[in-house]
Amino acid sequence: MNWYMFVLGSSVGKKMLMAVTGLCLVGFLAVHLLGNFMAFAGADAFNAYAAKLHSLQPYLTIFNIGLATLGLVHIVIGTILFFENLKARPTKYDVYKNPGGRTIGSNTMPYTAVLILAFIILHLLKFTFVDKSATPIFELMSTTFANPLWVLMYVVAMVIVAVHISHGFWSLFQTFGVNHPRYMPLIMNLGLIVTFAFGIGFASLPVYLYLIQ
Amino acid sequence: MSEHKTINITLKVWRQYGPEDRGRFETIAVEGVDTHSSFLEMLDFLNEKLILEDKEPIEFDNDCREGICGTCGAVVNGIPHGHGKAMTICQLHMREFNDGDTIVVEPFRARAFKVVKDLIVDRSSLEKIIQAGGYVSVDTGGAPDGNAIPIAQEKAEEAMDAAACIGCGACVATCPNASAMLFVSAKVSQLALLPQGRPEANQRVLAMLKEMDKCGFGNCTNHRMCENACPKEVSITHIARFNREFLKAALVGRFSP
Ligand code: HEM
Ligand code: FES
Repeated sequence: MNWYMFVLGSSVGKKMLMAVTGLCLVGFLAVHLLGNFMAFAGADAFNAYAAKLHSLQPYLTIFNIGLATLGLVHIVIGTILFFENLKARPTKYDVYKNPGGRTIGSNTMPYTAVLILAFIILHLLKFTFVDKSATPIFELMSTTFANPLWVLMYVVAMVIVAVHISHGFWSLFQTFGVNHPRYMPLIMNLGLIVTFAFGIGFASLPVYLYLIQ
Repeated sequence: MSEHKTINITLKVWRQYGPEDRGRFETIAVEGVDTHSSFLEMLDFLNEKLILEDKEPIEFDNDCREGICGTCGAVVNGIPHGHGKAMTICQLHMREFNDGDTIVVEPFRARAFKVVKDLIVDRSSLEKIIQAGGYVSVDTGGAPDGNAIPIAQEKAEEAMDAAACIGCGACVATCPNASAMLFVSAKVSQLALLPQGRPEANQRVLAMLKEMDKCGFGNCTNHRMCENACPKEVSITHIARFNREFLKAALVGRFSP
């Protein structure tokens, strides 16, 4: 027990937990994004895809519990890190500048995080924990995104997710100790691609559904 | 050589009588500063004036004044050691400033660095981390043959880059989280790269990590500001090596801190 407490409770251990869970969440988002693309194939294709997913019991439930656990660990450890880091500098600087290195992403991790959490709750209430027996999921989406305010909300949320990933992606590799002049530039570029792919990819569906109405 | 010029500046400097004092900024006009003087010489110049006026001089740490000892350090206009690349505050020159500038000078701020007086902070927490494992144990006996253990050139170079750390604490001072990871990783990395450091590598990384956390430093979140503020340009690739050493020690090592 002592070993677990020390390894996972140390500053680096907590960062490792952030990195492992963060990587899994990125993986989930990638799968989610591929699923979203089914919607471009039309209502029937998307509804069939959703039905197929839901028929995969009990695996879907197991997957969802796992995902929720990963998310919870990510949020709890992230919150602990945030407050510990706040405490580590009790007196603030009068003037504080970036000597280089800091980015919009790294600067805003805890804040983008809170906004993402708020979005996830809203998103689940909107599309997961609703009665889908009467209206198929595709129709639910298209009625939601007929309203430009929902479209705007989703697009803004996806920009926020992209900003979180813009730091998170390369950062998780650094945390795992994967940093070498030979391939760090590649990881950085990959992070940029993932950032834009997620941002544009996820935002495109609400916009598309709005435009085709 | 540029010609001699003098400038007038306004110093907004942190004054604190002692660790228990709350401290405050004092604004002091400094006139006729020679642009060839260093930042610390400007403070000397000002202090002599303050002493003649029967006022308390501004206390600041310094020793070698050539960027090698790591004793000096203060935050100048928001950046530890000032905005110059790869330099300590003792290497910062007044020619970097313009006539009429207001310069804000503050001590390094971190829970683990208590202010002793004015710009002087207590950095003994860094010493404690070194004492926890930043060394190699050498048995007594005859001096070992210097060339008995071959070391690859690239490893020697990288270990040297890590060993360039002068322990000034600028990385802690600039880090938004007041994390000491760049400092600690430089020492862990240096010794992990060399065969002499390998036998104790597992204990070292865990013991130094434990001490670092105990001292009240924050958690690294990879902002990379440390490597940019470092007067010796120590790279965060050493932090990555620290993380690898940690994983190795935690997963396969038998040592419990
Ligand atoms: C779409 C979901 C999310 C993904 C893909 C994601 C991904 C990541 C990744 C990859 C990291 C970097 C880990 C590292 O530096 O080692 C990270 C850090 C972090 N995440 Fe998330 N995250 C998500 C949602 C959230 C949520 C909902 C919260 C909290 C409410 C959160 C809070 C944080 C915090 C506080 C950090 C640490 C920042 C730092 O250490 O600099 N994240 N995230
Ligand atoms: S006084 Fe020695 S490094 Fe500045």
